[in-house]
Amino acid sequence: MGKLTIPEQELMRPGHMGCLGCGGTLAMRLALKAAGPDTIISIPACCWAVMPGVWPNTCMGIPMLYTAFEVTGASISGIRAALDAKGKKDTNVIGWAGDGGTFDIGLQALSGMVERGTNALYICYDNEAYMNTGIQRSSSTPEGAWTTTTPVGTENYWEQGRKKDMISIMVAHGIPYAATANVAYPEDFVRKVQKALSIDGPTYLQIFAPCPTGWKSQPAKSIKLAKEAITSLAYPMYEVENGVYKINRKPKEQTPLKDYMLKQGRFRHLTEEFIEEQQKMLEANWKRLLKLEEITNEE
Amino acid sequence: MSKHQDIPLTPINTESSEKVRTGDWRTYIPVFDAEKCIKCYICWKYCPDAAIKVKDEESLPEWDLFHCKGCGICAEECPKDAIEMILEEVE
Ligand SMILES: Cc1ncc(C[n+]2csc(CCOP(=O)(O)OP(=O)(O)O)c2C)c(N)n1
Ligand code: SF4
Ligand code: SF4
Ligand SMILES: [Mg+2]
Repeated sequence: MGKLTIPEQELMRPGHMGCLGCGGTLAMRLALKAAGPDTIISIPACCWAVMPGVWPNTCMGIPMLYTAFEVTGASISGIRAALDAKGKKDTNVIGWAGDGGTFDIGLQALSGMVERGTNALYICYDNEAYMNTGIQRSSSTPEGAWTTTTPVGTENYWEQGRKKDMISIMVAHGIPYAATANVAYPEDFVRKVQKALSIDGPTYLQIFAPCPTGWKSQPAKSIKLAKEAITSLAYPMYEVENGVYKINRKPKEQTPLKDYMLKQGRFRHLTEEFIEEQQKMLEANWKRLLKLEEITNEE
Repeated sequence: MSKHQDIPLTPINTESSEKVRTGDWRTYIPVFDAEKCIKCYICWKYCPDAAIKVKDEESLPEWDLFHCKGCGICAEECPKDAIEMILEEVE
C-alpha cells in the first residue's frame, strides 16, 4: 500500500496546452492542490495565459482572471479589496506570473502590492526567459544563456550580467514571507503555498520551472534538471520569514555546474573557463546565503 | 461557433479542457509493468498533465492516454523502472 505525499485533489485538469515536460505546468498543478477550491487566481500575459486552453475551454478548476502584463500585483490587490468588501476574507487570492512578468515588467506593481500590505500570495514561475513569445531574455536569464535576443553564432552575444535577485528585493520590502521553491520537491512547495496563504499579508514565492522548449533540454529530464539546479548551487531553495533565512536543502555533495549546464542547449556554447567563473560566482552566493542564515538566526 | 463575431466581447471560459485530446501530440507511449510497481506514486506526483490517476492508496496508477503527451517524466522518475517509453505505432 502506498501513500500520497501531496493533496489528492486535482484542480488543474488535463487537456491544457503546456508543452511536453513543462515545469511551469507542474508548478500550477501543485499550487492548486495546495490552495484548494476557495481560491481566485489572476494571470497576466505569459505561457500560463495560453495554457488553460482555447476559448471556451479551460483547464482551471478555480476562477481565473486574465490580466495585463504589467499589473499582476495591482490586480490581486483589487481582487482582495473586493472580496474583503464582500466579507469573503477566507478566499485565497493568488497572482501567478512568469519571470518576465515579475522581474521586469510587473516589478513596480508587485512592489506596490507588497508595500500596501495586500493579503495575497504572488507566485512567479521562473523559466528564466520570456518563453511564450519565443524565448527572449529577461533579467532572470542566467549569465551565458542563449536566447533569441542573446544569440550565439559566429559572434557571441549571450546573456551578460547576473540574474536579478528577486528574493532580496522582496526582503528589502520587509515582506512577511518570501521563498524559492522547485518543481522537483512538491511536498516543500505545497507546504510553502499553504504557509504563505495562512499569513495575513503579502507573500512571494518563486518556483524554479524547467522549460524544455526554451532551454533546449529533454522533456523527460525536467525533474532531474531541477534537482541538479539545487545540487550545483545554481538555484538554492530557501525561505525568509520576517527577515529570518532558512535554507531548505543543503546538498550533501556539490555537483559540477558543468554537468547541469551542458544538459541544456541554451548553455552548450560555453567554455570550461566561463562555466568555472559562473560556478565561483554561485559558490560565493551560496556562502552569502549560509552567512545570512547564520546571522538572522542569532538571538 | 464559426465566425470571430460569435465570440463575446468578454470571453469567459466555461467548458472543461478535458475534452481536448492532447494524447495525439504523443510520439512515445508509456508502457507500464504492474509487477514492478511498489505504489510510491512518484509518477503521479510529477505528471505535468495530470494524466496519471490513482484511485486510492491501494490501487496501481493508471495512465489516461487520451491526455498523456508522452513527455516521459514518469518513466524517468520511477524508482523501479516500471515504466518504459516506446515509439507509438499509429494506423
Ligand atoms: C505589455 C505587453 N508587452 C508584451 C506582451 C507580449 N508578451 C506576451 S507573453 C510574453 C512573455 C512572458 O514572459 P514571462 O513572463 O517570463 O512568462 P513565460 O511566457 O516565460 O511563461 C510577452 C513578451 C504583452 N502581452 N503585453
Ligand atoms: S514554452 Fe516552456 S514554459 Fe511555456 S508551455 Fe512550453 S515548456 Fe512550458
Ligand atoms: S513511480 Fe513507478 S513504482 Fe512508483 S507508483 Fe509509479 S509506476 Fe509504481
Ligand atoms: Mg518566463
